[in-house]
Amino acid sequence: MVAKNYMSGLFGRSPITPLQEHMYRVYMGIKHLSPLIEGMIAGDQDQILNAQKEIVDGEHDADVMKRELRTHLPKGLFMPVDRRDVLDVLLRQDIIANQAKDVASLIVGRNMTLPSEMNAPFLEFTNRCIDTVKQALQTINELDELVETGFRGLEVEHVESMLVELGSIESETDTMQEGLRQTLFKLESEMNPVDVIFTYRLIDWVGAVADNAERVGSRLSLMLAR
Amino acid sequence: MMELFTSAADFFSSTAGIYITLAAVFGIFMAWGIGANDVANAMATSVGSKAITIKQAIIIAAIFEFAGAYLAGGQVTKTIRKGIIDLDAFGGNPDLLIWGMLAALLAAGTWLLIASMKGWPVSTTHSIVGAVVGFAAVGVSMDAVSWGKVGTIVMSWVISPVLAGTMAFAVFMSIQKLIINTTEPLENAKKYGPFYLFLVGFMIALVTIKKGLKHIGLDVNGGMEFVYAGLLGLLVAVVGIYLIRRVTFDKVAEKRFHYANVEKIFAVMMVFTAAAMAFAHGSNDVANAVGPMAAVIGIATDGTLAAQSALPSWVLLVGGIGIVIGLATLGYRVMATVGKNITELTPTRGFSAEIAASMTVVLASYTGIPISTTHTLVGAILGVGLARGIAAIDLRVVGNIFMSWVITLPAGAILSIMFFYMLKGIFS
Repeated sequence: MVAKNYMSGLFGRSPITPLQEHMYRVYMGIKHLSPLIEGMIAGDQDQILNAQKEIVDGEHDADVMKRELRTHLPKGLFMPVDRRDVLDVLLRQDIIANQAKDVASLIVGRNMTLPSEMNAPFLEFTNRCIDTVKQALQTINELDELVETGFRGLEVEHVESMLVELGSIESETDTMQEGLRQTLFKLESEMNPVDVIFTYRLIDWVGAVADNAERVGSRLSLMLAR
Repeated sequence: MMELFTSAADFFSSTAGIYITLAAVFGIFMAWGIGANDVANAMATSVGSKAITIKQAIIIAAIFEFAGAYLAGGQVTKTIRKGIIDLDAFGGNPDLLIWGMLAALLAAGTWLLIASMKGWPVSTTHSIVGAVVGFAAVGVSMDAVSWGKVGTIVMSWVISPVLAGTMAFAVFMSIQKLIINTTEPLENAKKYGPFYLFLVGFMIALVTIKKGLKHIGLDVNGGMEFVYAGLLGLLVAVVGIYLIRRVTFDKVAEKRFHYANVEKIFAVMMVFTAAAMAFAHGSNDVANAVGPMAAVIGIATDGTLAAQSALPSWVLLVGGIGIVIGLATLGYRVMATVGKNITELTPTRGFSAEIAASMTVVLASYTGIPISTTHTLVGAILGVGLARGIAAIDLRVVGNIFMSWVITLPAGAILSIMFFYMLKGIFS
């Protein structure tokens, strides 16, 4: 008489922990943008290739986790958060990893170097973009606390302040990005035009990492508002 | 009843003896099935939220299922035994009722066996009510069914999950307000927790005293029942306070998850709601096995359709023992499976759902209405989910559970009609 039991089937698999684990994996991969840029500045090929490998591995693992979570999120699941919000957060997190991978392949593929004036501010910019992702990760890590408190009360205020922090870090990266563009503009005439184009692209792509981290946050604030 | 027969051989050769033996065998079979399968559902939330171990769940279930069946199972048994059917329509032919009740037991038992093997979510209550209505309406006559009563019962199947859901929603919101969403959740859990326990103890004691103590020779009335229930509630709360004090808090877990220690307190309090669930389940579901059994035994002993005949309390005892045997032989395995698979339920949520479900079921037992414990619990869990308290509930499974009773009623009825004509053919 022992068979499948429906009482246990009643409780679906929570998407919260997999979502947090996915973001953690994304962060662990894109963290290596920092050694990647350092390597580019120092002209250290080994360091660049090592960092690229870490970033690509991270993207790959995150991809597997993304597919796993998607298949376990059927439509009939009744959750405290909207299914679309979960899927969108997942998508944004995944874009972060993809973006970092593109940055790495651009640097490796084109053997990129920066004009020496840009070296220090570009590394600073990259690190701040990584901070944005870290802040987004910490906010996502509050999701289980949010479920515990039923998305009400002090915990919501706590998460809201974390989201404000996330927004302010991201706007810092915007300012830094603007500064880098201006520096590059002044140097344009002395540089190879193709390098100019790809340097602009590099700035944009690293900036996109922070943009998507912020979008993770804005989707989270939609979950709070429901 | 044995004095009716001069010897054991005489007993087994007489038709009445055969009827009583069959009723006892079918009844115990049904009670065994309830213990083997249904109890696991009632205890699932406790085991699933890791509030108690499987072993503790079995011990709690064994004690409180039995207590619930024996002390508060009388009212529902009475309804199954003579509330659903109209005795006047049997035209003084007691044999029809005996065959019918035996057929109903056999039908419900068979249907449960099939459903359990297939893993279908079937309610014991719905099977037995469907079976009794089936043989009476088709085998005897449409007038043999008290349609008004049946209507009330069916209505209650809609109302009970809704009521439990609403209560669970309210309890969970109050826990949020008083404990979780405060600056000192741990202190507040220690402070307010015992009040919930008082409520559980009070309600169960009240129902037991009002309806259950007569047949064991105690008669309490005139407002004294409230005093006794209050005292018992206090006792439960005091034991709760003592157990909460003994909880050791985990600083490391608290860092990883801010509410880890609050959950630990609720895990302790869930021991009480688990007991309440077992009691409630025993008080309502034992009737599914014992009701028809009591009807057959009553008629076979008296030889007449006596609507007034009292329920012999040893019949409840037999039902309680049957459930405990089912629990001991197979129930623990089902419970282990259920417990292992429910991983997303935390004690605060399980506590809210169980308080609501057990109160609803005990209330139904008090009024003598047979309802499904499983459906009530599912309703309560959905209530907590509506309060944004549970990470994921599979609505397809919920749909299956609620749809199953639509199928169970005709299935129980058809099987019961078949067995009825078979028994009629054999014995007449």
